[in-house]
Amino acid sequence: MSRLVFRKAVNNVMLSITGIFTVVTVSSLFVILGYLVFNGGKSLDWNFFTRLPLSPGEEGGGMANAIVGSAAIVGLAAVIGIPIGFLAGVYLSEYEDRAFASVVRYVADLLNGVPSIVIGIVAWTLVVVPMKQFSALAGAIALAIMLVPIVSRQTEQFLREVPSSLREGALALGAHRWKMIATVVVPAGSKGVLTGMILGVARVAGETAPLLFTAFNNQFWTTSLGQPAATLPVQIYIRATSPYEDWHRQAWAAGLVLIALVLVANIAARMVLARGISVPRG
Amino acid sequence: MATGVQLDHRVRPMDQVGDTVARLITLMFAASIVLVAVLIVSVLWKDSAAAREKLGWGFLLSSQWNPVTEQFGGLPFIYGTVVTSVLALLISVPLGLGSAIFLSELAPPRISSGLTFLIELLAAIPSVIYGLLAIFTLVPLMRVYVEPFLRTTLGFLPLFRGLAYGVGYLTAGVILAVMTLPFIVSVSRESLLAVPREQREAALALGATRWETTWQVVVPYARLGIMGSIFLALARALGETMAVTMVIGNSSAIHASLFAPGHTIAAVIANEFAEATGDVYRGVLIELGLVLFCLTIVLNGLARLMILATTGKGSKRA
Repeated sequence: MSRLVFRKAVNNVMLSITGIFTVVTVSSLFVILGYLVFNGGKSLDWNFFTRLPLSPGEEGGGMANAIVGSAAIVGLAAVIGIPIGFLAGVYLSEYEDRAFASVVRYVADLLNGVPSIVIGIVAWTLVVVPMKQFSALAGAIALAIMLVPIVSRQTEQFLREVPSSLREGALALGAHRWKMIATVVVPAGSKGVLTGMILGVARVAGETAPLLFTAFNNQFWTTSLGQPAATLPVQIYIRATSPYEDWHRQAWAAGLVLIALVLVANIAARMVLARGISVPRG
Repeated sequence: MATGVQLDHRVRPMDQVGDTVARLITLMFAASIVLVAVLIVSVLWKDSAAAREKLGWGFLLSSQWNPVTEQFGGLPFIYGTVVTSVLALLISVPLGLGSAIFLSELAPPRISSGLTFLIELLAAIPSVIYGLLAIFTLVPLMRVYVEPFLRTTLGFLPLFRGLAYGVGYLTAGVILAVMTLPFIVSVSRESLLAVPREQREAALALGATRWETTWQVVVPYARLGIMGSIFLALARALGETMAVTMVIGNSSAIHASLFAPGHTIAAVIANEFAEATGDVYRGVLIELGLVLFCLTIVLNGLARLMILATTGKGSKRA
């Protein structure tokens, strides 16, 4: 009988431990958000959005140029990366050639797992070296390279969920395959595909490592894509590792803005789909 | 189409061309993904040529790093990368697997999917934000409380001796643990949920307790997927750049103590690449990047095969 008591005790203890682990894991999110809201909220002011940064040590100033820089670089990355990823995703879901499609799928997953700093090196070689200077364009290309595999897999996944009866219906009415895809499958899967794109963009928007030696940094407004540009993530890195009190304050403010954007995108995507959003694989 | 022969006279040639064109265009873009992968490999290979010719691969085993005197030893970075990643997994695997078990076996489905969403949000937080938090909250915490505590309790081990800097291997390991948690929880939970119901029922019917069922039947059944999640997390930890760069301490030497500052491959590239002068110096950093790239590709490749084998092809969610 004592054997049974022991087993029951083990059962209760171990199951409680799994519950405690879950609480610890989930609460780490709230600790992170709490700190950001507390410290960022204290630091955020109107100047942050409207003023240029001041020289180190001076109080005040903002990150207007970094906000615009991030928007421009991420926007350009989306313009380059989303069409490529989307069309590749359409291929994976609609024109599956057995061998090649699975190669592409596997490679896309592997690309997803390539450390972002390595992507930075590649964009540096391909864009910065020929142009002989750091540029917003180089940063955008680095982010676009990261965006393509994410968007293609998400597109594929959501297009696959379009019921085959819709496809068959369109074909039975005499539509050609490309028309069926363009007018039936893509519109039917558009909500999911769009959500996938938003999540992909939100993910690359927070990337810092690929921008360090592509877009680099800029204390002033960037007036063309051929110039180095300030971005929010790189600013957070530079300011958090600087010795200046006022820069730390601004790093927190920038952190709060960045996390707010990322979380809004993720939660909105969740609400649109009203279902589990898997971790981007890789 | 099977009926194509009879309908041919009605088909507008435009549509047939459209079919071919659409297929070719999408095929082209799909192929571009493979092309990008090839491009990455060739760029890394070509750009590290100068370093490979001068130093070969042997530099990976040398521990002297001094760019000024052109001494390039890669060992401190490899050591740091491995140590921080292993530390991260030591924390995140038990925590993540425990959470995954709770979420798949005990929690009601609604609560489970809600909590999983929250945990997966951890993966959406940008790396630099983890770094920001770590610098201002985790580092002081480690320096003032955790490291002195470990020194007094486990100080007989060389791993837990020396000055408590706050920045260093241990802090980087802790932050990496939080960052890898969502991958372990999410993928392990899916693998556990993919275990057939009959397996659990059979074990319970034989008189096993809930825990015995889980630990002796369900977890072993899903072990390949769980291993996959660990590999995935390891690949993430190895390649993680910003958060580690901000708390690792940037010391290009090997220290026995986990409290000491160190360096990782990704961190040294982030720190020194923009200022690296000369083809050899830059080439060495790129060669280190190539090593990192190969490691993560192999780990990811294995992880994906394992996960695919456990959760079944195509099924992305449970």
